[in-house]
Amino acid sequence: MKKIRIGAGQGFWGDSPFPALDVAARGDVGYIACDALAELTLAILQKSRQKDPALGYVQDGFFSVLLPVCKEKGIKILTNAGGINPPGAGRMVCELARGMGLGGLKIAVITGDDILPRVKELKDKGVSFDDMESGGNIAAVEGRILFANAYLGARGMVQALEMGADVVIAGRTADPAQFLAPMIYEFGWSWDHWDRLASGIFLGHLMECSAQSTGGNFSGDWWNIPMMERMGYPVAEVYENGEAILTKPEGTGGRVDLETVKEQMLYEVHDPAAYITPDVVVDFTTPRLEAAGPDRVRITGVRGRPRPERLKVSMGYHDGWMGEATVRYPWPDALAKARRAEEIIRKQMAMVGFQPKEMLVEYIGYNSLSGPLAWGDGADLNEVGLRLAVRTETKLDASRLPRFVPPIALNGPPGATGGGGMPRPRELIGLWSALVPREEVEKQVRVELMEV
Amino acid sequence: MSKILLRELAHARSGDKGNTVNIGLFPYRAEHYELLKEQVTAERVKEHFAGLVEGEVARYEVPNINAFNFVLRGALNGGASRSLRSDNLGKCFGAAILRMQVEFEGN
Repeated sequence: MKKIRIGAGQGFWGDSPFPALDVAARGDVGYIACDALAELTLAILQKSRQKDPALGYVQDGFFSVLLPVCKEKGIKILTNAGGINPPGAGRMVCELARGMGLGGLKIAVITGDDILPRVKELKDKGVSFDDMESGGNIAAVEGRILFANAYLGARGMVQALEMGADVVIAGRTADPAQFLAPMIYEFGWSWDHWDRLASGIFLGHLMECSAQSTGGNFSGDWWNIPMMERMGYPVAEVYENGEAILTKPEGTGGRVDLETVKEQMLYEVHDPAAYITPDVVVDFTTPRLEAAGPDRVRITGVRGRPRPERLKVSMGYHDGWMGEATVRYPWPDALAKARRAEEIIRKQMAMVGFQPKEMLVEYIGYNSLSGPLAWGDGADLNEVGLRLAVRTETKLDASRLPRFVPPIALNGPPGATGGGGMPRPRELIGLWSALVPREEVEKQVRVELMEV
Repeated sequence: MSKILLRELAHARSGDKGNTVNIGLFPYRAEHYELLKEQVTAERVKEHFAGLVEGEVARYEVPNINAFNFVLRGALNGGASRSLRSDNLGKCFGAAILRMQVEFEGN
């Protein structure tokens, strides 16, 4: 039976490029798929596009690390690093390849996920854009929408591979679809063979967060995971019938077993019986996972159902500014000191009429990661950091918060230190998701080749 | 019968989507699946996260891998890029569920 090997190269923007190098150099793969876009990432890229319209794609070291070895070995790269400007990313890769003296490369760029310019037109056509989470009406955020990108499926990427692309750059694409695309291309799976498509998406889901299926961010016996300084990213050996072995490159760190793979299986999943993607609805209650030797897990039996008629659009809207400030206190009575500092700052804020729309106070070392679930009264902690965060209407207002902190060092409880300077205000972006008819998105999808 | 922390019986990972957090909960031993099913209910999880989670909690069973998936709505102070929290991505919810106490007999 025909089989191919696909590797994961990146789990998010900020991930290390070196494990991808291990996958390319010794993973024996034909394809490497990279997921550079979390929901949050589009918000970040939107800000960079606001500063410079030529940007808006993920700028990191991946291509400079991967291009030479992938070119040499004939490994094809698929990525959503195009963000909200895939042609910009395509041009960047072309320039990079030229600079490295790498010729004969075909770079495909997929556009069409951006529907921001068409929101009004689609609303006029009757698309409600009601928020899938809150049910809220889009009118509440109108005029503040910063980006609106539909999740595309694997089709554009398959087309790009058929055009002979060595590198495929997309924007907002369903993360696991990047792994499904090479399987469809290689095995010729039909677009309505739901169980095959479901197998591909399921594998993609296991691989899209890089080391999260090979022992990274593992909450079980994490202390036993070997060589975390050089984690092996997942590699799937996929058979034509959709069955697969999940493993990792020889000689790398991490652990692929039922426990590590299961944790990733439910990561960011809602109803497991209906994992909805543009290409297929996958039933996560169907796969069978079996140990198949050291660092090998066999996956069989994945079932799928017909794809949805509407596609999800991920939107972001401006929702004010965040101002942030921190100051730390030592034992004795560290928590009491931090509480008193908070009280002083609150009074001073009131004295000058500084009224943020929202304020959050956390005590680092006591409850900043557990909130109301924190245990104990914190009476004997070695140190406590007071962290204040506000949400304001304007950037200027947000920048006022950290200014309350330095005077506290001399005016307040003893031992204040480690203030961390004056953090710059950060724009807050609310997330909004809605459904739009598939054909409205698909008719604007384009695949274009650039050649070096 | 004694009370123990869920941490003794299971591991968990959480993730975010918008203002929703999900937590996958995995008993270390398959025979503890029923115990968790009985005690770690959606209601109890909602109660456990009072003050952090504003919306509803749903529980899904995933018997093929002996696991549960919890979906917590209104859990992230508006979502990762909107939240004022240190844990704006909800990464710590998995650890937080393991603080729950369960009645346990045996070893």
